Amino acid sequence: MSRLKGILATATLAALSTPAFADALTGQTQKQEVNIPAIAMFVAFVLLTLGITYWAAKQTKSAAQFYAAGGGITGFQNGLAIAGDYMSAASFLGISGLVYLSGYDGLIYSVGFLVGWPIVTFLIAEPLRNLGKYTFADVASFRFEQTPIRVLAACGTLVTVAFYLIAQMVGAGQLIKLLFGLDYAYAVVIVGVLMIFYVMFGGMVATTWVQIIKACLLLAGASFMALMVMVHFGLSLTGLFNAAIAAHPKHQAIMAPGGFVSNPVSAVSLGLALMFGTAGLPHILMRFFTVADAKAARKSVLYATGFIGYFYILTFIIGFGAIALVATNPSYLTDASKGLLAIKGGSNMAAIHLADAVGGNLFLGFISAVAFATILAVVSGLTLSGASAVSHDLYATVFKGGRANEQDEVRVSKITTVVLGVIAIFLGILFEKINVAFMVGLAFAIAASCNFPVLLMSLMWKNMTTKGAVVGGFVGLISALIGVVLSPGVWVDVLGNAKGSAPFPYANPALFSMTLAFVCIWIFSKMDTSARAKLDKDGWDAQYVRSQTGIGASGASSH
Amino acid sequence: MASWQDIERNPKFIELVQARKTLGWTLSILTLAIYLAYILIIAFDPSIFGARMGDSVMTVGLPVGLFVIVITFLIVGYYVQKANATYDELTRQIVEESK
Repeated sequence: MSRLKGILATATLAALSTPAFADALTGQTQKQEVNIPAIAMFVAFVLLTLGITYWAAKQTKSAAQFYAAGGGITGFQNGLAIAGDYMSAASFLGISGLVYLSGYDGLIYSVGFLVGWPIVTFLIAEPLRNLGKYTFADVASFRFEQTPIRVLAACGTLVTVAFYLIAQMVGAGQLIKLLFGLDYAYAVVIVGVLMIFYVMFGGMVATTWVQIIKACLLLAGASFMALMVMVHFGLSLTGLFNAAIAAHPKHQAIMAPGGFVSNPVSAVSLGLALMFGTAGLPHILMRFFTVADAKAARKSVLYATGFIGYFYILTFIIGFGAIALVATNPSYLTDASKGLLAIKGGSNMAAIHLADAVGGNLFLGFISAVAFATILAVVSGLTLSGASAVSHDLYATVFKGGRANEQDEVRVSKITTVVLGVIAIFLGILFEKINVAFMVGLAFAIAASCNFPVLLMSLMWKNMTTKGAVVGGFVGLISALIGVVLSPGVWVDVLGNAKGSAPFPYANPALFSMTLAFVCIWIFSKMDTSARAKLDKDGWDAQYVRSQTGIGASGASSH
Repeated sequence: MASWQDIERNPKFIELVQARKTLGWTLSILTLAIYLAYILIIAFDPSIFGARMGDSVMTVGLPVGLFVIVITFLIVGYYVQKANATYDELTRQIVEESK
């Protein structure tokens, strides 16, 4: 059972979660006392970002401004913003919490999060920037029949965003309950309303700057915390590890992998979901349209990879620091005799308590505010990408046949933002008890099985046709969904069926659903002899030259 | 303005696409291989990473994990440096010749 849970959690390491995190988010959290410095610093962050939103709103007149910040973001800024999108509060609190609980295993998660970025750099970033304008569907549908591909891409986007968004909202509610002593429902409403404000009024400009500020705060906070830990142990890693080994009930075992990735098929399947899911996350892909050209897109991934890799190394030190400094201090434990596991608020609070241990109440407030800001930034990015799929792909292209007026398109985006925000608040409250880890795992598996194969094949394979893309994409989407529902994590743990009865024995479907998507794209394209198939192939030259050289690409702010 | 097919026949275009494709796929496969090796060792024989290095409490898995993170960044860095140094100039020439 615990092994199953471990594997399921591994499946979800994808972005935000750990088993402990999931436990903490399934109703075991209790309200903390009201933390005044944390609330003060959080209010300061909100005021600052609302100020930016006001400034951004005055600039955001055109659709290009709203969706893509007019292409005026530099590679460095975009690198920070991508890192901001990717380093969620749960990956900060969740991974450091996992390291706190099991040591080395946390590092496996971090590595998995990072290895998708080279793929994004080499195969996706530059062609994406050269071909697209606002959404990845612009690229996937470049030479194909618009309506079916846009519908497919919008489905892939909305399903991915929905699962990811629910996970974030539930996480936000639970964390705020823990950090600030607010009621769960209030916390979810606050996050939802602020997110609607940022996205609706400030569009991509405001969202980008919220991400950048948050990324800087998070990197600065985590760096300071890791540094203070190292200073405490005389800048000696061995000193830190010795203290942690002495304090942890598993002792030397925390220095080695402990069985989270135990089934080879699940391990590989998970690895693929992680690696390729990143290259299919719509809110990440959308970030590449905010820079001027392919060169800036390429640079932004390099910066992002650097920041994210550095951040994961910090969380590892923070986790070990928490073992050494938090687990040994009775004031952070509910019951000192039970040691490490009795940490107040669950293992996700390891980094928060450590902030108090190394930096006092003020630093604790800072880290708490940063954690909340982080969630706010991530949900804003997600909502914007969902709203773009509805307004740009469905409304403007499918319903209006590409003849929508720009003002109307942006208006539809804003209405969608409000609708998505309200739905997110509603679902966030409804799913209060859901396993967040599961939702995130689903989001990554779907991104890897639907968005990624369609996007990659449309860029790489001349003979792909509309039919192949649509069949392959939907097969990937549906098989990923079915695979998750029939997997032990849902079939047994959520739906309550007998242990061992899960029809699909592996924790993550990506190995199968992603392969199936690629195979279906290939077979159905090969078999496609329609007139449309000829048009699709004839469109290759124009797409290929433009994707490789940028000739004819959307300019920085010409739209 | 040259046609798409003309550009595709430009030797510089062929050179650019070939060079970038070869490098991109090589590095992608390299990244995948490193990561799969890491995950498969953990899946099949985690004790390899649990082995202590000499008398130290440090285990083999720690520098290896750190290595995977750092090498990922270096691989991206190598590609970006290469692209900035050669591909951009080639692209500029192709765009120029296509006008």
